[in-house]
Amino acid sequence: MANIKRSPWLLHYDGSSCNGCDIEVLAALTPVYDAERFGVMNTGDPMQADIFLITGGINAQNQATVKQLYDQMPRPKVVVAVGVCACTGGIFKDCYNILGGADTTIPVDIYVPGCAARPQAIIDGVVQAVELFQQRSDEHDALVKQNKEGREK
Amino acid sequence: MTVQVFARVLAYILLAPLVGGLLEGIDRKLSARMQRRVGPPLLQPFYDVIKLFKKQTIAVSTAQSFLLMTYLVMIILTGAMYYGGSDILMCFFVMSTGATFLYFAAIVTSSPYATVGANRELLQMVSYEPAVLLACVGFYLVEGTFSVSEIASSRYSAIMYLPGFFVAFVYILTIKMRKSPFDTSTSHHMHQEIVKGLTTEMGSKNLALFQVTEWYENVFLMGVIGLFIKNSSPISTVAAILVILVVYFLEILIDNSSARVKTDMMIKTSWGVTILCAGVNLLVLMLVR
Ligand code: SF4
Repeated sequence: MANIKRSPWLLHYDGSSCNGCDIEVLAALTPVYDAERFGVMNTGDPMQADIFLITGGINAQNQATVKQLYDQMPRPKVVVAVGVCACTGGIFKDCYNILGGADTTIPVDIYVPGCAARPQAIIDGVVQAVELFQQRSDEHDALVKQNKEGREK
Repeated sequence: MTVQVFARVLAYILLAPLVGGLLEGIDRKLSARMQRRVGPPLLQPFYDVIKLFKKQTIAVSTAQSFLLMTYLVMIILTGAMYYGGSDILMCFFVMSTGATFLYFAAIVTSSPYATVGANRELLQMVSYEPAVLLACVGFYLVEGTFSVSEIASSRYSAIMYLPGFFVAFVYILTIKMRKSPFDTSTSHHMHQEIVKGLTTEMGSKNLALFQVTEWYENVFLMGVIGLFIKNSSPISTVAAILVILVVYFLEILIDNSSARVKTDMMIKTSWGVTILCAGVNLLVLMLVR
């Protein structure tokens, strides 16, 4: 069981957010908060990402995109919803085009509340996501091992 | 003698990933300090690669793993030949052949971003190749041989006759190491206009392979920098290592203080510097001799 939680790479997707939460996500990477000291890297590539950070709600147009991004990420993966918009739909909940929070489309693991979510809260959410990532990875390893043994029998 | 060569080759194959990874760790730490951040731990590149090896492999094209493997083997061969003291011209030929496999590894996916990245990688090759070949010619003119072991054990350091070639080589090193302002094909930094360019479709294991190959390649390139300094006296080895560290620091400084340029600008400036520095140096060498 290798210790893989030291290297969580993020994919940041901006749903129908007001951009408030996105600015805060980027703030978490600036010198003041410096998320890279936990090994966090912000990659734009779903194939290389471990943690899916989504801000803003799901609307009729971006639902397919969010689904696809999630599917393109290799297992094990964790989803973090940042801001009330991504948690429930937030202030835009009653808009005609909004379907709700991110969990209407993909399974969300960690909810980070706030409007906008503060950088401290985001980093806290990511750190929790990292623990979950390690746990999933261990489960993944066990499963792979089981499969291998099953095949050998 | 042959035992010595064997030992050096083995040391390269075993130690180069460690040295390369450590160099990248230093790079990331220094970059963070230059941006007034704390930065990741020194061993972060190793954590990254271990994680990548453990993730589920999603391959867009099954040929990609094979092509990347070939790229890795080619670069290891380059470095092994170089540290084994063989022909420097041959080393660079093998390296260029390996780089073509990288190009194919990106282009087989037919992803638009990877394709743009791959095409830019070709342009990068066009930009650095003249300086690389001229450096080989320079070594030959001064030492009368292409053999790395003979160049490394000559009486005087090659840089005394080849300062222009050295400048040109350091200039194209930025392109070869894919550092800003010439990180057009793929970037080590977080965002880029073509996602991750060359490596867009490389996930998990394939990306880890790419990363390890890059470490092997960097150690080889740093060795070539050292060859400019190395001569028969043992003190020159220390000097070579010092110069390598200074050049590496310079690359990090340039990386952090410049913005990405367009590819045509890259070709123009790199050819310009090559012709000006290496070309003039070559003329002087030929006239004086
Ligand atoms: S939670 Fe608030 S700040 Fe964040 S995207 Fe929604 S409205 Fe904007």
